[in-house]
Amino acid sequence: MMDESNPYLPYTVKIEDAWYETPGDRAIKTFKVNFTDEKVWDTWSHRPGQCAMVGRLGVGESMFCISSSPTEQGYLRFSVMRMGKVTCALHELEAGDTMTVRGPLGNSFPLEEWEGKNIITVGGGIGQAPLRPVINYIRANRDKYADLKVIYGARTMSDHCFKGEFDEYNQEGTACHLSIDVDEEKWPHFVGFVPNLLMEVAPNPESAIAVTCGPPIMIKFVIQNLEKLGFAPEQIFTTLEERMKCGIGKCGRCNVGHLYVCKDGPVFSYATLKDIPEAFA
Amino acid sequence: MANYKFAKEKLAKVLSGLSDFKVLAPALTGDVARFQEVTDPAQVTLDYGNSNVPPKELMFPETETLFKYRLGQDEVEASVPSPEEKRVIFGIRPCDAQAYSIVDNLFRWDFNDPYFLNRRESTALVGLACADPCANCFCPSVGGGPASEEYLDAVMFDLGDAVYLKTLTDKGEGVAEALSGVLEAAGGDEKKAADKQAKDALGKIQRSIDTAGIPEKLPSLYDHPFWEQFSDRCLGCGICTYLCPTCHCFDIQDESEAFDARRARMWDTCMFAEYSLHTSGHNPRPTRKERTRNRISHKYSYFPEKFDVIACVGCGRCINYCPVNIDILDILEKSKEAEAKEAKTA
Repeated sequence: MMDESNPYLPYTVKIEDAWYETPGDRAIKTFKVNFTDEKVWDTWSHRPGQCAMVGRLGVGESMFCISSSPTEQGYLRFSVMRMGKVTCALHELEAGDTMTVRGPLGNSFPLEEWEGKNIITVGGGIGQAPLRPVINYIRANRDKYADLKVIYGARTMSDHCFKGEFDEYNQEGTACHLSIDVDEEKWPHFVGFVPNLLMEVAPNPESAIAVTCGPPIMIKFVIQNLEKLGFAPEQIFTTLEERMKCGIGKCGRCNVGHLYVCKDGPVFSYATLKDIPEAFA
Repeated sequence: MANYKFAKEKLAKVLSGLSDFKVLAPALTGDVARFQEVTDPAQVTLDYGNSNVPPKELMFPETETLFKYRLGQDEVEASVPSPEEKRVIFGIRPCDAQAYSIVDNLFRWDFNDPYFLNRRESTALVGLACADPCANCFCPSVGGGPASEEYLDAVMFDLGDAVYLKTLTDKGEGVAEALSGVLEAAGGDEKKAADKQAKDALGKIQRSIDTAGIPEKLPSLYDHPFWEQFSDRCLGCGICTYLCPTCHCFDIQDESEAFDARRARMWDTCMFAEYSLHTSGHNPRPTRKERTRNRISHKYSYFPEKFDVIACVGCGRCINYCPVNIDILDILEKSKEAEAKEAKTA
């Protein structure tokens, strides 16, 4: 846990490795980091779905999901899309540089409650980042869960994150269903939007949990289609994001209705969100 | 606890007697009262209604440093106020003290905020009961009152020539002890006069709202057009939130001069578009309709849902200072009418 006497003070982490997942103006870069003070690991514990404020002194910090599972030990991973002031400043950093981490923050996926069930992840673009720790947690505890299905799409082939990892899942027997929005040469998989890919795969809702994350518009249609497939709201989970400053439920801005995304979330079941119109605003 | 009094003309002497404390009190600049550290007791006034700027800034400054650092280095130095510093807020209105206790809930919610809470701990609140509530005061509707003692360490009643001071907690008694040479014991007459003043003041309150049912019913009006009657007029200036003693939202920014840098937090407001604007350009609250709805819903529904208390103390500032006369009581009454109509047609 963070310094309990002052939750605004960040840890310093050193970047052990950094690489681009995707190219372009809105490139996604993954940072693999370790605490400069190794003793932090004695008290650090996070769960899949939790977040952290990642930043650079002199610039600021923003909230990102921790894209590594706690079963991956000795490092944390963050995958950051270049969008604004903080993310541009983070993209300038390379292995050997330091940045700041404040966390872990927020709630997590109730993975214990899901034991014995079939798990389906439905991701779009950078929305795969919070699903990656769920997948890796299940891979590390494979006997506790039934079938695992990974459904993932991005706009183009080059926009796919975590590319090599889907082959690894496949080799282990986890079915991966991939898509791109518009056809490209040499693309052997589905062409179309992720909600359509979901209908093509048509997972059985019986004893199943579906977890989805992606752009808000994608989440909306994925949930609609999951309901068409027979999934009950209690079987559907997603993570939300809003603008954040403090990450600890004080600064106000990330509320959807009476829920603070930073503290009550970011993980919500659709059973909770369906009665909160602002959740999909 | 004990009852004291002092002659009003000796106010400066009382304030000077508190030399062991950092004394924060309403002082006049022209005819505007604002809470500040007392350097000249002669500036301090007990003849004010409600200060324009609420004393929330004494616990939660408009801008404050969270920590300092040197650009290019990884070490940071926290700038947390000491809980040991002895402070007294002298002459705070009961509503503004109640506001602290409401915001306490948030600043203690799982993560303790040491900046706010250390100041709270180190500060004694010597209140000043209202003899003449302002035109838009409605404190009794939201759990307070012009002479409410609940959130104070001591309370004063201005009885004309004399000030009656009643201590309510050990902290308040500590302040009175520091003034042992200045205060005199008060008797039944002062107490009787204070009780009468409190009763009269309550009778002078002109505005009210029955809050029953509002927290539960407001969310059902999320899409109701009645919000637009108010948001269409709103200029988005944010004064209703900046001057609200329970509004606690803040921004965090890094600032530097040459290599000396700090991370600071500063008051922010849900009435500004940038407040909730995503980097992508998407804004979940894109117009003043959504922002007005959030301001009212936060105070009267979301906050009570979480902390079981309405985040409003009825001080009337948002009504008094709104440049286009948007009136929170008017909004709440209209919400009740709208809800009643919906319930009828449903």
